[in-house]
Amino acid sequence: MSLDKTSVAKIAKLSRIRINDDKQDEMASDLNNIMGFVEQLSQVNVEGVEPMTSVIEMMQRQRDDIISDGGYADDILENGPATDMGFFTVPKVVE
Amino acid sequence: MSEMKNSNSLTNLTLAAARDGLQNKDFSAVELCNQYIDAIENAGELNCFITKTPEYALAMAKKSDHKIQNGTAGSMEGLPIGMKDLFCTKGVLTTAGSHILDGFKPTYESTVSQNLWDSGAVMLGKMNMDEFAMGSANITSYYGNVINPWQRNDGSNAKLVPGGSSGGSAAAVASNIVIAATGTDTGGSIRQPAAFTGIVGLKPTYGRCSRWGTIAFASSLDQAGPMTRDVRDAAIMLGAMAGFDNKDSTSVNLPVPNYEAALTGDIKGMRIGIPKEYNLDGMPSEITELWQQGAKWLKDAGAEIVDISLPHTKYALPAYYIVAPAEASSNLARYDGIRYGLRVCDDGDSLDDLYEKTRAEGFGAEVQRRILIGTYVLSAGYYDAYYLQAQKVRTKIADDFKQAWQSCDILLTPVTPTAAFGIDEKQDDPLAMYLHDIFTVPSSMAGLPAMSIPAALDNKGLPLGLQLIAKPFDEVNLLRVGHMLENMAGFNAKPQFLASNGLTSKAEGA
Repeated sequence: MSLDKTSVAKIAKLSRIRINDDKQDEMASDLNNIMGFVEQLSQVNVEGVEPMTSVIEMMQRQRDDIISDGGYADDILENGPATDMGFFTVPKVVE
Repeated sequence: MSEMKNSNSLTNLTLAAARDGLQNKDFSAVELCNQYIDAIENAGELNCFITKTPEYALAMAKKSDHKIQNGTAGSMEGLPIGMKDLFCTKGVLTTAGSHILDGFKPTYESTVSQNLWDSGAVMLGKMNMDEFAMGSANITSYYGNVINPWQRNDGSNAKLVPGGSSGGSAAAVASNIVIAATGTDTGGSIRQPAAFTGIVGLKPTYGRCSRWGTIAFASSLDQAGPMTRDVRDAAIMLGAMAGFDNKDSTSVNLPVPNYEAALTGDIKGMRIGIPKEYNLDGMPSEITELWQQGAKWLKDAGAEIVDISLPHTKYALPAYYIVAPAEASSNLARYDGIRYGLRVCDDGDSLDDLYEKTRAEGFGAEVQRRILIGTYVLSAGYYDAYYLQAQKVRTKIADDFKQAWQSCDILLTPVTPTAAFGIDEKQDDPLAMYLHDIFTVPSSMAGLPAMSIPAALDNKGLPLGLQLIAKPFDEVNLLRVGHMLENMAGFNAKPQFLASNGLTSKAEGA
């Protein structure tokens, strides 16, 4: 299928990236170009093939369910563009 | 070792030679460091660095001199390296080449960089790179293009790309303004720039180096590795970078071998596979000829050449351009303008306005394209057709390699279909740019270790590389064969821009 301006606007919204009206056509054309290229994957017969979940054959490690890290709120807040009293601050969310 | 007359002569030494010189006390770590700091100051036009850290470097070098004096030197003691700006470095600006990480100074250190500092390495600064490691030419960095120190011999003086995404690392190693540098490789970001700049680039097996503290692009593919002047240097540096890390759930708990000891010079009886699918229609004949020459070199050294087939090779790149953007769209969701970096928010804006404006201004065009592609292929109704299909194809690609290992030990292929191109060429079409990674992406999709080795100059005087691919965690044989290939190729050409003499060409003995 081919992506149009409306679908670009929808994907941009899902991605939380503002793409202005006048840029949507150009983006649609770029995306269609790339999607056209990846379309050839549908030619591959993958009947009975498991999707890859890990390139290295390994068991997922398990660890004890204990707190092993943390206790440095100041470090976490240090790079916040706006912080106050131990919190990140954001624009008003609830009216 | 010869006497050091020229002001920058120490910068001509390989990592191994400088290590030996430091141990023999021919010069001090501070002297070595100062020569690199001077070299960097004179190489501003290449734009290899996003952040230079000379004071940091000198303080580390002083410590190294003490350690060398009291006999407690590590394997990289006093060696001044560049750190790709994708590795978080405590208290030092870390940008991933992106506007969105404006002012970000991590409060922690990545495992790979910490391992290097623990082994005594000295940090000269943070290397320029394609934004979030997305690119093959180092033309997507918010901090400007990196210039390749090599030029064509046609007198055109065209500025060439160094490859990407580890372009700053590659150009800096090639021009002798750092002794070595870290890179990261998701689909070829170590190997392709290494080939474009005439250096050695090694992507280890997925899981060999910890990803903790390395800014994520595509988590199932990202892997850190060394970018060095020769194979011995790669062996030394990989040994310092690699190792199990409890903080990375995909880090593999295997002992790190002595990689330098792998360079025995003996490859007799090893089976070298030549995958027929890497013969592309319209590939320049000099690439094909170099590939054949590479096979001949290895045969002359006692290896057996085996023709093999990797039937799903052509599907690796399209599968990559689903899997990598999908993972990127998820990983890059964290750049929200709330917790670090850039925030764009006007009076009266909602939280969504803040997110959308910050991400529109903070991400460059290529990153936005990939986030959108990734969001699309993961979205309801398209997930099975694209993402799941790509992951199944990925299994088939990995199976091809497993099949190949039945009849060979190492694969030999080209690294890139062309030599470095001009900064002004091929910018318009994102897809044309993607094709540069056609030979490096398949091994990435299978998580295999692979290395680019400079092998010859093309008819315009630009370096071309050969790629070796090995079985999982068989970096030892990768390095052993790589070392032999390097010896047989005898590549010792140097770029037009070299730290010790600026913009004049100079032949240097090995």
